[in-house]
Amino acid sequence: MKISLNQKILSRNEECAKKNRIFFDEHGVFCLNVISSPGSGKTTTISRTIKDLGDKIRIGVVEGDIKTDTDAQKIRDAGGEAVQIETHGACHLSAEQVYNALKALDAEKMDVVIIENVGNLVCPSAFDLGESKRVILLSVPEGDDKPIKYPGTFAEADVVLINKIDLKDYIDFNLERVLADIRVVNPDAAIFQVSATTGEGMDQWYDWLINKNGAAQSAR
Amino acid sequence: MHETAVAESILNTIIAQAETADAKPVSAVISCGQFNALNDECMQFAFEAAAAGTVCESMLLNIKHVPLRAKCKKCDATFEFDVYKPACSQCDSMEFDFKRDAPLLLETIEFEE
Repeated sequence: MKISLNQKILSRNEECAKKNRIFFDEHGVFCLNVISSPGSGKTTTISRTIKDLGDKIRIGVVEGDIKTDTDAQKIRDAGGEAVQIETHGACHLSAEQVYNALKALDAEKMDVVIIENVGNLVCPSAFDLGESKRVILLSVPEGDDKPIKYPGTFAEADVVLINKIDLKDYIDFNLERVLADIRVVNPDAAIFQVSATTGEGMDQWYDWLINKNGAAQSAR
Repeated sequence: MHETAVAESILNTIIAQAETADAKPVSAVISCGQFNALNDECMQFAFEAAAAGTVCESMLLNIKHVPLRAKCKKCDATFEFDVYKPACSQCDSMEFDFKRDAPLLLETIEFEE
């Protein structure tokens, strides 16, 4: 006996992502899911964003890591509010973990919630967290071959931040190739060249964030 | 290794279906697109490990990879997108639109007669 299901495999995660999305819509919260390799500067970028925009918009952070609350602590040191999820080995965040963290964060009071996913350029992209927009971070020292090696991840991006751009002249990094390779799989993503350490290019990213957040607010 | 999460999800569904059908599952077919980054060996290993000790133990898992179609903006040709040769198969242009990538699906389950 054979039965046909044609059922989405990660449907449980998708159901919960839907719940998160409804929560964000209801409370006018703009949510970002930030994905990158380990060490590309997710926490530094988020910390700097909070320092520079904290007096304009209220930003809450959900931190995903395999172990420790180091990153949540860094966000608090930058003046932000953060909740840490320890995945104890899991290589990605699930929508359910985020749902629980949102309650602990009092997320309904936030203008923007930034989810910093577990450092990994493959697995997190398969799990919808209910975010408004997806941000992929790629740092210059990782090399210019990342977009073509991880096409699925870049295909799903709404924004690509090319971080540590201040290092591009010191490293064999072909920026034109990176931009072209991103465009092959993703013609629509906004691409910003930034350095979260020096602040170079961050204004464009902030403009995008405030603009999009404004759009979410007016939809309230 | 998101394959473990995929394996658990498939397993839960099959076990529930096996209870309803009151039969032992022998094989299942899943399908995925090009951007799901599903590795066959990891998937088989994760499923085997998750299925051990359940009604699904020693079940056969077939994995279908559905090609991703793209349409060239220059010459209008429709072709199968190859991540490692991202160009139109007809005119070599690198400007094209993607059709929708196939989702991760549990297509069929086969039970013992």
